[in-house]
Amino acid sequence: MSSDTSAHSQSQGIAPSKPPFWRNPRVHALFYQVVLLIGVFVFFGYIFHNTVVNLENQGITTGFGFLDQEAGFGIIQSLIAYTPASTYARTFAVGLLNTVLVSVVGIFLATIVGLIVGLARLSKNWLISRLAAVYIETFRNIPLLLQILFWYFAVLQALPSPRQSFSLGEVAFLNIRGIYLPEPVFESGFGVVFAAIALAVVIVAALAKWAHRRRMQTGQSFHTVWTSLAVLIALPGLAFAVMGAPLGWSLPSLQGFNFTGGITVIPELAALVIALTIYTASSIAEIVRSGILSVSHGQTEAASSLGLSTGKITRLVVLPQAMRVVIPPLTSQYLNLMKNSSLATAIGYPDLVNVFAGTTLNQTGQAVVIIAMTMSVYLTISLLISFFMNWYNRRSAFVEQ
Amino acid sequence: MHEFEKHPDLPPPTSQMGVVGWLRKNLFSSIPNSIMTVIALYLLYLTIPAMVEWALINADWVGSSREACSSDGACWVFIYARINQFLYGFYPVEEQWRVNLGAAIFVVSLLLLVIRGVPGKAWIGGFTLLIFPVIAFFLFSGGIFGLEKISTSNWGGLMLTLILSTVGIVAALPFGILLALGRRSDMPIVRALCVSYIELWRGVPLITVLFMASVMLPLFLPSGVNFDKLLRALVGIALFQSAYVAEVVRGGLQAIAKGQSEAAASLGLNYRKTMALIVLPQALKVVIPGLVVTFIELFKDTTLVSIISLFDLLGIVQSALTDPSWLGFAIEGYVFAGLLYWVFCFGMSRYSMHLERRFETGHKGS
Amino acid sequence: MKGMKALAAGTAIVVATFAGTVYAGETFDNVKAQGFVQCGVNTGLPGFSNIDDNGDWKGLDVDVCRAVAAAMFGDASKVKYTPLNAKERFTALQSGEIDVLSRNTTWTLSRDGSLGINFTGVTYYDGQGFLVKKSLGVKSAKDLGGASVCVQSGTTTELNLADYFRSQNLKFTPVTYDNADATAKAFDAGRCDALTSDQSQLYALRILLKDPSGSVVLPDVISKEPLGPSVRQGDDDWFNLVKWSLFAMVNGEDLGITSENIDDMKKNGSDKPDVKRFLGETGEFGKMLGVSDDWAYNIVKQVGNYGESFERNVGSGSNLKIERGLNALWSNGGLQYAPPVR
Repeated sequence: MSSDTSAHSQSQGIAPSKPPFWRNPRVHALFYQVVLLIGVFVFFGYIFHNTVVNLENQGITTGFGFLDQEAGFGIIQSLIAYTPASTYARTFAVGLLNTVLVSVVGIFLATIVGLIVGLARLSKNWLISRLAAVYIETFRNIPLLLQILFWYFAVLQALPSPRQSFSLGEVAFLNIRGIYLPEPVFESGFGVVFAAIALAVVIVAALAKWAHRRRMQTGQSFHTVWTSLAVLIALPGLAFAVMGAPLGWSLPSLQGFNFTGGITVIPELAALVIALTIYTASSIAEIVRSGILSVSHGQTEAASSLGLSTGKITRLVVLPQAMRVVIPPLTSQYLNLMKNSSLATAIGYPDLVNVFAGTTLNQTGQAVVIIAMTMSVYLTISLLISFFMNWYNRRSAFVEQ
Repeated sequence: MHEFEKHPDLPPPTSQMGVVGWLRKNLFSSIPNSIMTVIALYLLYLTIPAMVEWALINADWVGSSREACSSDGACWVFIYARINQFLYGFYPVEEQWRVNLGAAIFVVSLLLLVIRGVPGKAWIGGFTLLIFPVIAFFLFSGGIFGLEKISTSNWGGLMLTLILSTVGIVAALPFGILLALGRRSDMPIVRALCVSYIELWRGVPLITVLFMASVMLPLFLPSGVNFDKLLRALVGIALFQSAYVAEVVRGGLQAIAKGQSEAAASLGLNYRKTMALIVLPQALKVVIPGLVVTFIELFKDTTLVSIISLFDLLGIVQSALTDPSWLGFAIEGYVFAGLLYWVFCFGMSRYSMHLERRFETGHKGS
Repeated sequence: MKGMKALAAGTAIVVATFAGTVYAGETFDNVKAQGFVQCGVNTGLPGFSNIDDNGDWKGLDVDVCRAVAAAMFGDASKVKYTPLNAKERFTALQSGEIDVLSRNTTWTLSRDGSLGINFTGVTYYDGQGFLVKKSLGVKSAKDLGGASVCVQSGTTTELNLADYFRSQNLKFTPVTYDNADATAKAFDAGRCDALTSDQSQLYALRILLKDPSGSVVLPDVISKEPLGPSVRQGDDDWFNLVKWSLFAMVNGEDLGITSENIDDMKKNGSDKPDVKRFLGETGEFGKMLGVSDDWAYNIVKQVGNYGESFERNVGSGSNLKIERGLNALWSNGGLQYAPPVR
């Protein structure tokens, strides 16, 4: 607005009568913003005041002090050491890690299933494409909570009691209490193997960079994939052999009521992952489909007229372009999955909402602090995933130019 | 000279037409394709007949108690015996005409809105968005005009699901539009506030919002003032949903060519008039399909209120599963609820796609 | 913009209708003014609070609410029930959404001391126990080492469970759910070896199993769980009324007054002075509580005395069949004892 005025005055050579300051759009804008800001401050101040008064009336002392107290309750699954004697702060960590676990596994599986179903939806095979359509329309249109409850119920119904477990060669077992798998036990000297793995990764990264530069300069391609695989397998394998196979296995065995030893995948986790995967995959499939359809047919035709093989056309021409369309909606699906993992509380999987915003809140009555902490965790994870995906998106967009 | 004589076109070879041709082209075009087809057919053979047998052929349809369910198929008697609760919650049977009347008004006004060529859509839309909620509220809760007062704790089932989702979206709409305008505003503070609001709510799961509404909201209010539990859930849902609505509306605003607002400005319209008369009417039309999709998400998400012990459709089905006299019919309950949700969501998503196709002409600025 | 204003006005109307205003220290007057008692109960626990086929709330906890309404309004039906889960119960009371919480809640020091509420008495002396399948062959809780135990999260039960196994040096796996139904369902499916809860709840949950007779409540009691109603702090009149409504039920049983014989006693005039005081024929004991003098009459007439309520809801008259045990009157070897009306 203001630039218009100045341009006008220049062309005319006569300064227009200056509008009174209360008509000046800049002043208007400033005024509105200040009023809004004051309003927001007053609003939050009011809420804060009410909360303080209410808490005082009810004799509740608020703050972070409760985090150091002993929790006193057990948690069924924990990725870090936890006993009822641990603190409330520890319950926060346990819940957070369990949320991260289910989100990561869910995102991984949902991407794979979604990709397969999305490709199946585009299949030339009529039956396969119809089945994929039925899958998508069925699971996308039923609430996730209902699906979680259903799968949990189905899992509990279908599995036998511990004493009648299905077993796989006496090392892995499946029953209503979960899936029991052998657990690797790292003995002394395994550190060298880890170091070898790290070294291999560094070498592969350097190799990829070198191959990329060479291709840009000379146009010659290098079989990065096979070389990388060889390095990744050979180097740690060598270290493993030299150190004398420093790895043992802890096998699950039935003792008393339950299996002990090994790794346990509890049925709550299994049901939650199944439901999250199936539900999210139905959305991802649609995203994949529309992404691939968005690449014009001319691209494929041009690529094949250049003599590229079908595999290379998909890998080098179609997918990079489809990715550009796919990434933003895929990001929001990943975020949805992470947030939806909080439905765990309905079937008792000990995620952050269940353990911390549920049990801990209930035992301590610290509603304000606990809900605020829980919400900030989700917000932080959301923002992190967004940043990462935006960064990836920018990078892939850049490469394309 | 031999004259050219046009013979009728030869039919394509039998392998390319009819059932055989179709099968060959669509199911058995190559060896991997044929293998996939056979596997898929086998899987269908395994599942479909078993499901049909359970759900239809072997199912029990009539009766009034669990004794009627003697076969090994589905026990639809259970659903039949509970259908009233599933639809109306604990709403007294003799007062349910009020719910039906409200639903009827809503359906009629929706139909009038949806059917093309009905005049006065703006008025009908205004009625549905502004006046109808008030009518419905007094109709359902009573307490005036001699209607018996029905406490909101008696509302439940499908009725509650529909109330939560429609009220949630209707309340979120005006706020979402303001937020979207704010996010595209030139004023830095307004923009920052709107962006933080939107990202905050979009970054947290609905369930924590509902927890907040049920546990923390009472603390925020001046000492002594309290809200009905249902209203607290509604406030939470509306705050949450407005962030999503804002993003959808923002998409619509971006789709309106900049020339539109520039033209309006050159006609001397101020910001408010430009938005209200030029940009929003066009943008809102574009975003209707997107809003329907948002509504579907909300409709599915209302199931979460069962976690804060409101008895929505899923909540009431869940509680019916624990009735000692009807134990063991969980599958039937879940299938029924799933089917009901599916019909609503699928129908709406088809409608949204239809709208998208209809709006595809014009209005797509760059 | 006009639309916005109309919307804002509409919202204001709705908010005004939904919202209630309760000021601390004025609960008694507010309840009186609004004409009904807002009572928080369990979302569904057979015998204590659940909805029957007609959609009416029934149970021992529900009867406490009805008794308060009978004392206040002379009409036991003037109650608005709010079903609450364990998580919401205290917030609902603190915020004024309910006036009395009668939801099998254990009286503990920290709840009295830090939640801004006061317990008014004990409706049911309970203790935590274990429910196991008979086929497991377990005879005592001490045999449960290594077991998976289903428990409701966020309860004192959950803490007692961990304490007990720690003190016995036994390992266990907790399987937690946020409502009692889910724990029962999981136990039924075999997700856990034992179900732990207050013993009263165990009996109530047992009838939700497919085969109730296939499970047994172990004899061990690992904690004290006095369950009772609670009110917000700050209004002693209201606290007194709720407290004495419960005492009236117990006193009624103590004096041998039942809903059956109370009219007889009132008509024919009992010569016992304590009965006369109870029925409001002598003294002005109702006035002291701020209600009418026939308050106790209304309670026993409409709700029944404690023994009647117990037998009807959880005892021999119900399908829970719980023994009186600790909840018998003090004169019968139990713990139920109420201060006298005088």
